[in-house]
Parts: sequence; structure tokens; C-alpha cells
Amino acid sequence: MKANNEAPVLFRRHKAEEWIGRIYTTVCVLFLIVIIFSIVYFVATKGVATFAVDGVSMSEFLFGNSWGPDDNKFGALPFIAGSFITSLLAALIASPLSICASLFMTEIVPSWGKKLLLPVIELLAGIPSVVYGFIGLTVLVPFLRDTFPGQGYGVAAGSIVLSIMILPTITSVATDALGSLPRNLKEASYGLGATRWQTISGVVLPTVLPAVLTGVVLGMARAFGEALAVQMVIGNAPYVPTSLFESASTLTSVITLNMSNTVMGTVQNNVLWSMALLLLFMTFIFIFVVRLLERRAKI
Amino acid sequence: MRAKVIDRIATTVIVFFALLIVGLLLGMLGFILFRGISHISWDFLTSPSETIKAGGGIGPQLFNSVYLLVLTMIITIPLGLGAGIYMAEYAKPNRLTASIRLIVEVLSSFPSIVVGLFGLLLIVQTFDLKYSLMSGALVLTIFNMPLMVRITEQAFRSVPKEQKEAGLAMGLSRWKIITSILFPVALPAIITGTILAAGRVFGEAAALLFTAGMTTPTLDFTNWNPFDHNSPLNPMRPAETLAVHIWKVNSEGIASDAKEIAAGASAVLIIMVLAFNLLARWLGRVLYRKFTSIK
Repeated sequence: MKANNEAPVLFRRHKAEEWIGRIYTTVCVLFLIVIIFSIVYFVATKGVATFAVDGVSMSEFLFGNSWGPDDNKFGALPFIAGSFITSLLAALIASPLSICASLFMTEIVPSWGKKLLLPVIELLAGIPSVVYGFIGLTVLVPFLRDTFPGQGYGVAAGSIVLSIMILPTITSVATDALGSLPRNLKEASYGLGATRWQTISGVVLPTVLPAVLTGVVLGMARAFGEALAVQMVIGNAPYVPTSLFESASTLTSVITLNMSNTVMGTVQNNVLWSMALLLLFMTFIFIFVVRLLERRAKI
Repeated sequence: MRAKVIDRIATTVIVFFALLIVGLLLGMLGFILFRGISHISWDFLTSPSETIKAGGGIGPQLFNSVYLLVLTMIITIPLGLGAGIYMAEYAKPNRLTASIRLIVEVLSSFPSIVVGLFGLLLIVQTFDLKYSLMSGALVLTIFNMPLMVRITEQAFRSVPKEQKEAGLAMGLSRWKIITSILFPVALPAIITGTILAAGRVFGEAAALLFTAGMTTPTLDFTNWNPFDHNSPLNPMRPAETLAVHIWKVNSEGIASDAKEIAAGASAVLIIMVLAFNLLARWLGRVLYRKFTSIK
């Protein structure tokens, strides 16, 4: 008799708990959705204002070569070029290093290689970007100044700093891919009498290539959006660089330096928001490419 | 024979590059600590910074970094946990879930400077929170939430299925299962991940330039009333963090000892990050042992 009275109470509590959990977690997820849409909305409205309200032509912004906001010149090509060149170079420097590191951990000495390199990679990922910038500024820039023509500040310094920053990203993706490779593929190759390098270059790397490329693209995305470390070593000159040792600027470095010096709502300010919009747009492109590569990696 | 020689060479190259990375890290850590530690003293850690004169410290910046970290985590943890639990336990494998997953991925790939600019527009200006610790904490929450969601989701997913089934068999509500069966098991992984995420917050700077600001008012460290304007605890005051300070000193510092200050501050920052890392590993191990009774 007693149990019969308790049952509805328990049932009600059961339902209430069910609802608390559902509502709480759903609100958290909704928060995420609201954030992403408002980021895109707010940055886009500000970024589009340059073209819609201030009448700067889109082609001037994207392909214009001269930057002089005070003289109404809004050519952002030098910065766009700077961003692309530095992040591409960074990926070019970091990729072989990262692939070697992950091969070291998975194919050469899996026993102690992981124990040695994994913490190193984690620490590299944990070092704050301003510290990379500081090291770049005090070690790399003087070194480049003494060994190569130019002031030391420039594309080379920026790309090298960025390449070390994105090393962990590429390495961890590549290591995951290499680690999940079916063993019989390698065994078949060894069974045919192939050497380790023949196995790696002929079987292992071609199989994991799409996955490794995913890591490279993720690394490039990170390099493209990195702001302060690059700003500290790149020299911040508003020209399309013609040599590795020449000062340049990236989209992020220009935003960093100029945002607080311009008044909200002016053309000079809006054009910086257009660059932020461009960064946002590039993020979407990078993710799109990553998704495409992931789909290929599955097959 | 040639194949063997090539194999040797390739192996040597791979080993060389792998060791080069280890050397690179050791070199950088060594450089930072060697350059910086000589400059670290009690006075450096506690005295306020100087803009023009030499001999400025990093006291307020250090305090700001820690306080901002605490504020951020207070906001991030409940939100990130909730969303992570949703993804692990409530989300069904359908279109909607896939798009939420995409949103988490996109959000975590946004450049931090863009998130900072969004904070400037919405939090600092529209919500009128000004350049303040609160604005900084909110923007870091946006920045950190995807990470927190991923950590929570993975931690919940790695709980053995049988534990959940046992709870279901007992007729517990799903929320009860989550909070009293799954959560304790997932906790070590969540704590480890959270500390690592906190280490990242500590070093973040780009998003803070436009939200927490690049200045700190004169603080009265004897005044602990969070509503007074010169109290260090006041969340509505502007606050320059350690990472922002390093950037500022390097790019526009005019104090004669700017390089030394940057070196000292970088060393402090690195030591903190290392401490977070070690703490996370240690705590993760201890908690894992405690919850799983593995000796």
C-alpha cells in the first residue's frame, strides 16, 4: 500500500530531473549557437559598411596596392598577400618537420619516441604566442639581421615564428593518422621485402596523405589568424613584400596596431572591420577544405 | 643494397628532425628561463609597472591574469560542461547534432583577434561593460567554450557503457545517471582538460587587447571591496594581463629596461604555463587512481 503512494512522487521527481537536465544542457548549446551567429552578424555588418556606407569599392580593397587611410586609399592587398605568404611559408617549413616528428613517434621508435616527443609537442602548443614573439624578437630577428640583408624584421622572421607555433597542430593530427593505420598494410609491405623507408614512402605516407593534409590546413588556419607574435617580428610595412627579408604586414597585424587608433564608425575604422570579416571568411574556407579532406581520408 | 642505404639516410633525417624539435623546445625554454630568471625578484613580482622609468614590476599584471582566469573559468565551466553533456548524452546522431558539431569546430578555429573584436563591439560597446575584466572574461569564455565542450564530451564518452546501463536498469532518470554515475567517472579527465584550457587562457593576449584593455588603474591591494573603483577585485575595472603586458612592452615600451621586463615577464608566464601542465598531469593521475581504485 505504501509503495503505491510513493510511486507517483518518485515518478514526478524522475520527470523533474529529466527536465532540469534537458533544459540546462540545451540552454548551454543554444548559447553556442547564438554566439556564432552574432559573431558573424556583427563582424559582417561592420565589415560590409566599408563598401555599402562609405562607398569604398570592393576591388580596391581586395586588389588595391596602396594603403593610406588618411588619404582615402584603402588597398588591402599588401596585408592579404602578407597573410597568405607568411602562413603558406610557415606550413611549408612546419610540415616536413611535423611529419618527421610523427614518423619518429609511430614508425621509427614507438617505444620511447612517444614518451620523448609527445610532452615536447604539448609544451610547444602551450607556450603563449607573445612568448614566441618575444623569442623571435630577441633571437631570430638579430640573427636574420646579421646573416641576411635587411633589418631582420620581415616575412622570414614571421614565417619561422609561425612555423614553430603550428608544429604541434600538424604533428598531433599526423600522429593520430599514422597511429590508426591498419597494421596489415605495413606488414604486407615488409613481407615483400621492402625497407622501412620504402614502406613509409610507398605505403604509409600515401595512405595517410589526406589526413596529414588536414593537419597542414589546420596549421595554416592557425597561422593565418595568429596576431601578436607575427606583429612583433614582421616589421609592419604596408607593402607587398618582394623578398623574404623585407618588412611586411598581415591582416591581423594591421588590425592589432590600428584598431585602437581609429574612431568607431569612420571609414578608417570600418576598413579594419572588413579585414576582420575577411579573416572570418578565410576561417570558413579553411574549415570547408578540412571537411573535404576528412571525407577523402575516410575512404 | 641501394635501398638499404636510402633507408639509412631517411631514418637519420627523420631522427635528426625529431631531435631538432626537442632541441628547439629545450633551447627556447632555456633561453627564456636563463634570460628571465635573473630579473625575477620579489620586488619585480609585486611592484607596479612603469611606462617610462626603469625598474617597473609586473605585480598588477600578474594579479590581473590570475583573477581574469578565475572569472573566466567561473563562467566557462558550467556552460561548457552543459553543452558538452548535451553533445555526449542527449544529442542524437542527426543533422542538427552534426551542425552543432560544426559550430563548435568553427568557433574553435576563429582567430582570437576576431573574437576579441566581436567582444569590443558587443560586450564593451553595446552592453557598455567598457574595457573591463568582465568583458575580458566573457570574451575568453567564447574563446574557451569549444575546448571545454570537447573535453567534456570526450570524458563522458569514454565512460564504459555498462555503467550507464546499470543506472538505467535501476530506473534512474537520465539526469541522475549523468550527475551521479557518469560525472564522477568523467571528472578526472574533465579536471585535467580544464587545467590545460586554463593554461591557454593565461597566455591569451590578442582577444584581450580590445576587451580587458591595455591599462590597469592604480590598485589599492588593501581594499578588497569588489565595488570600489580602486579595489583589485572590482570586475568592472580595466586590466592589463601579463601576456598583454609582454606584447605592449615589446612593441611600444619606452622604458630603458623594456627588454629585461619582457624577459622577466615571459619567464614568469612560461613558469606558470609549465606549472599548469604539471598540475594537470599530476592531478589527472591522482584522481584517476582515486576513482578507479587502481593502485
